[in-house]
Amino acid sequence: MTQASVGQSLRVVGALARRSIDQTFRRPQFLAPILLFPTLLLAINVGGAGRAVDLPAFPDVGGFLDFQLAASTLQATMLAAVSGGVALALDFELGFNDRLLAAPIPRVAIIAGRLAGTATMGAVAAVWFLVLGLVFGAEIVGGPAGALMVIALSALSAAAFGGLGAALAVRSGQASVVQGTFPLAFVILFLSSAFFPQELMQEPASTAAAYNPLSFIVEGLREPVLYGISGETILEGLGGIAVVGVVGVVATALAMRARLRAA
Amino acid sequence: MAAVETNALERSYGDLRAVAGIDLAVAEGEIYAFLGPNGAGKTTTVRMLTTLLRPTAGAARVAGHDVVRDAGAVRRQIGVALQEAALDPLMTGAELVRLQATLHGIPRADGRWKAAALLERVGLSDASGRRIGTYSGGMRRRLDLAAALVHEPRVLFLDEPTTGLDPASRQAIWDEVRNLNAGGTTVFLTTQYLEEADQLADRVGIIDEGLMRVEGTPGALKAQVGSPHLELSLADGGAERAAPVLARFGEVQPPRDGVVQVGLARGAAQIATVVLALDDAGLTVESLELVQPTLDDVFLAETGRHLEGADEGEADGDPEAEPAGADARP
Repeated sequence: MTQASVGQSLRVVGALARRSIDQTFRRPQFLAPILLFPTLLLAINVGGAGRAVDLPAFPDVGGFLDFQLAASTLQATMLAAVSGGVALALDFELGFNDRLLAAPIPRVAIIAGRLAGTATMGAVAAVWFLVLGLVFGAEIVGGPAGALMVIALSALSAAAFGGLGAALAVRSGQASVVQGTFPLAFVILFLSSAFFPQELMQEPASTAAAYNPLSFIVEGLREPVLYGISGETILEGLGGIAVVGVVGVVATALAMRARLRAA
Repeated sequence: MAAVETNALERSYGDLRAVAGIDLAVAEGEIYAFLGPNGAGKTTTVRMLTTLLRPTAGAARVAGHDVVRDAGAVRRQIGVALQEAALDPLMTGAELVRLQATLHGIPRADGRWKAAALLERVGLSDASGRRIGTYSGGMRRRLDLAAALVHEPRVLFLDEPTTGLDPASRQAIWDEVRNLNAGGTTVFLTTQYLEEADQLADRVGIIDEGLMRVEGTPGALKAQVGSPHLELSLADGGAERAAPVLARFGEVQPPRDGVVQVGLARGAAQIATVVLALDDAGLTVESLELVQPTLDDVFLAETGRHLEGADEGEADGDPEAEPAGADARP
């Protein structure tokens, strides 16, 4: 691939990412799950279970809101991935992807553009919850560098989950199928240490959380807020993102290959 | 070199052969219409020619490039406006055309300029900042056409470009297609409208059940099925008595509802002679109409069915109308 064609491909990815972001902001059905639902759940959790921090063995944290910010951010990234998958599936249903497939662009740019848009929404969600946290009294111990780390990890995890959403969208071509995974995102999230410390979980939830990649990701998001930047936790978070991302990329590639072969 | 060329092109879905071996050659600068009812194989053929669907047998070349082995080169040379007008209702018209420009590698500044010019050309300047979801059917088709033209394609594929449009919108699309063709663009369009094929196309291919039934200029095709005929109403029940007089000019059909038909080998030139002959025989003509053969007559001659109204019997088993067809898209 020449430098010019790489540049053109990046331009296409950028244009499709921008379209993806515009779609999200222009359709409340796409935006609400990313910002509104996690915000409501955060308010309910903090308002109703705020005294959980007084439990013995609860980690030493500045406040329950500080602890929950990472969970809300991760939840938002997962729902951004579901919304991105639904939008991609709608593009198949409505024939918009035919427009892209009939254009002289690499096939991978169609998926990459969508994932770049989802990653941006992940970053937007991180900014939203960090600002919300600061407004309501949370402290970001890691400071501006910690905040940037949270935003970067959130963007990466959104892209990684977006791969799974894209795989489903490409495989099924039906928005309803992707939409059907919406509750599944909550189940997997609740089987991690996102909303409750693993130390306080009962079996088998504790074991499930110990091996759930989401636990690693959420701890990576949580560490800069609660304690400052820790290389080990961040790396474990990146590892969790990599596991989800690899599964997503492989699943999407296989789905796309199957679709193109069927065509 | 032909702009579009196929050789025994086929596409099967299991046992169903949606396109069953089509040979065609469309010359550079030609307007070629693929005419047939729903489910005939028109859209499947266009999807193969635009690289959206792989042929299961045979070969096709567009703008000199093989649609399978050199699909990227084909995509650079073609413009496509698909049947469903694949538009994002959340985008504005201007955004869509600018995105299309980006997809074809047109620099940003040029893309903006071209988008503005094209939207003006199709009469959508005022609506360019509005979301496509607010556009009427005719506006959507014109927008789709504008987007397909942004990179100045050599070959333009239009899949049923006027289906569902009102007469004024249809006429606007036709005018634009003629303008494009006058500028040298080859146009390959599918249609189920006889008038559209007749008015627009240099040549027409009639397709049914995945097979090319007949191909030629509209005039030649109509000439193949016979000469025009004259329909006459006569005063005082004169239809029966007129038959022997009319037989001197051509084949006479038995009178129906008081109207008698006679074939005229020389067409309109014979009308005056016929009327004089009837007058000499003491018969008074109340009304007459010279009826030219239509492409529907050609379709009838080739398939045994009329094209108009053929859709009612074609809906079942139509691979292009089935929701499953969407699953087969790449």
